Amino acid sequence: MSVNWYLVVSALIFSIGAVGVLIRRNPLVVLLCLELMLNAGNLALLGFSRTWGDGDGQIFALIVLVVAACEVAIGLGIVVALYRKRLPIDVDELRELHG
Amino acid sequence: MEILFFLFSIVALAGAAGVVALRNPFYCVLSLVVHLIALALLFLLLEAQFVAVAQIVVYAGAVMVLYVFVVAYVGGGDKPAPLWRANAKQRALAIAFGVALFVELCVALLGTGLSSLDGDGAQLGAGYGSPGQIGELLLVRFLLPFELASFLLLVAAVGAVALAGRRPGIDDDDLPVAPRHGLVEFQRSAATGTMAEGVGGYGVTVPMPEPSEAVAAAHADGLPEQSVPAGEGTT
Repeated sequence: MSVNWYLVVSALIFSIGAVGVLIRRNPLVVLLCLELMLNAGNLALLGFSRTWGDGDGQIFALIVLVVAACEVAIGLGIVVALYRKRLPIDVDELRELHG
Repeated sequence: MEILFFLFSIVALAGAAGVVALRNPFYCVLSLVVHLIALALLFLLLEAQFVAVAQIVVYAGAVMVLYVFVVAYVGGGDKPAPLWRANAKQRALAIAFGVALFVELCVALLGTGLSSLDGDGAQLGAGYGSPGQIGELLLVRFLLPFELASFLLLVAAVGAVALAGRRPGIDDDDLPVAPRHGLVEFQRSAATGTMAEGVGGYGVTVPMPEPSEAVAAAHADGLPEQSVPAGEGTT
């Protein structure tokens, strides 16, 4: 199985995630679409790692996993804080950081 | 091998499309779980066993549980807000951008002169992708990124608690203020998520005594109560 196929699937998932970030309004779903994009990047990294036959790409993918987990924790914390302040959970209406 | 690849790819792509297309955020999360599991199987096909297992445990397990809890807490399904942008032109533009991005990526991938991308990949050593090799790489060659990642996780955990933790000032401005307690004199709003509240000690059900003048003045000014550290909930 050629590595090119994996890269094409990765590109498709990345594009789907980008479209989701652009068209969805719920910040929770925007975060989910960011996850999609990060995972597409992970798939490409593992494909390249397989191509070269050493483990560096896998380490890179693991670090991306860690960064994604951090991003989710902070993002969900912000969503919960928004909910507490009774602000609308909608990225179109949240254009300013009111502090 | 090819059949497995196409099967898992189709499931992963369907899951990704479901995340974007489904209206209920809860179904989006479930769709992402399907996507992540299919992706982990693709990782297995790429001989990355450790990353695949980490993906399932960390992502499909821990992170998705966090998502489910937040979706259950925030709701999001209760109000019929339109999830798609009302502006149809904007939406069409976004989809066109996505298609352009995909075409560009494909041009970049398939038009590259790297012949090794076309083959099956290099010959693999015995322990490729095993926990042993990953551990050795992480602790010998990539020690600094490893430590930085752990530090980043710590910062993110503290930041998430600071953002999402119940504390006076961020919410419940209209709630009464709990009475002062004994030797430790501090002021806080009634519902701060303490254990005493959990067993009905004070707060929501029991009517509060009148707050002292200082506290009432502070509340009238809308000032945050400065004497209480963030996240402090003990008595």
